[in-house]
Amino acid sequence: MYAPRLPAVLFDLSRLHPRTVASLYSNLVTRPMGAAVRLVLEAQLAEIAGPCVSVLDFSQVRVMDYSCADEIVAKLLVRYRAPDRPADAYFVARGLREHHVEAVEAVLRHHSLLMVAEYEEGEARLLGTDDPVEHECWAALSSNERVDLLEFVASRGYHPEAADGVIRRFVSARVAVLFTEDGLCPVTRIGSINPAPERSGEDA
Amino acid sequence: MMQVITVPATLDDKGFEALVVETARACEAGGRAVVNARHLQWADPYGMVGLLAAGRQLRDVSGEEPAFEPPESSELMSYLTRMEFPRAAEGIFRLPAGITAARQPSGPSNVLLEITPIRSHDDVHGVIEHIQDRAGTILTEQLNYSPADAVPFSIMLSEVCQNIVEHAESGGWVGIQRYNWARRLGRQVVVIGVADLGIGFRGSLAREHAARFGDRWNDLTALQAAFLHGVTRFRDPGRGQGLKQIRARVHRWGGKVSIRSGTARVADLPEWDDSVAVQEGLAPFPGSQIQIVLPARV
Repeated sequence: MYAPRLPAVLFDLSRLHPRTVASLYSNLVTRPMGAAVRLVLEAQLAEIAGPCVSVLDFSQVRVMDYSCADEIVAKLLVRYRAPDRPADAYFVARGLREHHVEAVEAVLRHHSLLMVAEYEEGEARLLGTDDPVEHECWAALSSNERVDLLEFVASRGYHPEAADGVIRRFVSARVAVLFTEDGLCPVTRIGSINPAPERSGEDA
Repeated sequence: MMQVITVPATLDDKGFEALVVETARACEAGGRAVVNARHLQWADPYGMVGLLAAGRQLRDVSGEEPAFEPPESSELMSYLTRMEFPRAAEGIFRLPAGITAARQPSGPSNVLLEITPIRSHDDVHGVIEHIQDRAGTILTEQLNYSPADAVPFSIMLSEVCQNIVEHAESGGWVGIQRYNWARRLGRQVVVIGVADLGIGFRGSLAREHAARFGDRWNDLTALQAAFLHGVTRFRDPGRGQGLKQIRARVHRWGGKVSIRSGTARVADLPEWDDSVAVQEGLAPFPGSQIQIVLPARV
């Protein structure tokens, strides 16, 4: 039977902080501006104890260039996926329009990062990859509150190792979290589900 | 001895090369200079920012502002004034009496962006704030772009202006104008001209990258490393994306982008442009000069 070879770093829902929403404004251009915005976001996250989902709201942003996207989005994700991250923060984008997506996608791909963008229609779109398997896995995952990995792998018809690779990438890119050794949840839903009784309780 | 630099009748990318040859000769000879633009009939933003760069180069070498003899064509002089060339030329050229450097009242015009100095990131912010509505109007109403294209246009402009601040270690200028290239292309185009007198691509990359190129290290290899491969002097792995994204966007719009630095030039050329994609052995000129041409959508 397939058993995912994932690190035993599970998400402790009991310590989850309510979603924080960081609304960004105006024209986000140039690296110094991006760096300044990132520092403000990091300072806000430093005040939160425990894991949190931070929503980056771009709905009021008119122009965001690649330099600013790199400074805000890419550097934030790189820092908070590192083992020595300053806080256990997960990030979700909201209010992205097509021209924002272009810049965000470019910097995500440049750094091999993933990010999820939420839309008003309830869609949660995976950004940063062209891989059809990753997109298919994400579509299956994001339409559920919680996915059993064994069922997930079997239902998609993938070789266990291929699925293992995708799941590892989702978890390391922090677009999904593990609640149990075989329970995967999309980052867009971790604020809305109830803690599972079999939750391990280990810190993320 | 007074050095006379004659500005060609047409000051575009080709005219700028002729101006560079004249400027290099005058700088080598030394002494006071006069820039004779009396026979100038036509100039695009690339030519105008190039003319400013040539003037500043002459000033820096001689220690004295070169005299500027303005075009005899009142129509062209009026256009230069609308582009605020005299304003940008203050402190670079000795302008004759009667040429006003005052800011011109803005009105309906083909000017997307007057000649604007870029010295800091704040200037880049100013350009983006200034241009958005005007760019949207001209791109959609006169070049058949979609309204959504105004934002990528601003993004491209932001990246190209930041290139001056981040890499040149020196100020520069940017200007944008719409033209009807009736004979050459049969379409309207937007021309973006950017110039600085900084350290150029070779100077920017030398410390980090020259050694691995060995004897092959020169203006062209430095330019190709940056333009084609996204090489940058910064160790930050997020750097080097700007030019790549500019190239991708210009290509998507069927446009042309060329960069000149030192003695070399590289370009991404659309099918309608018969220029040479790679040139080396050009007359030396400091800094970098970028030309972007975006044709109307058909």
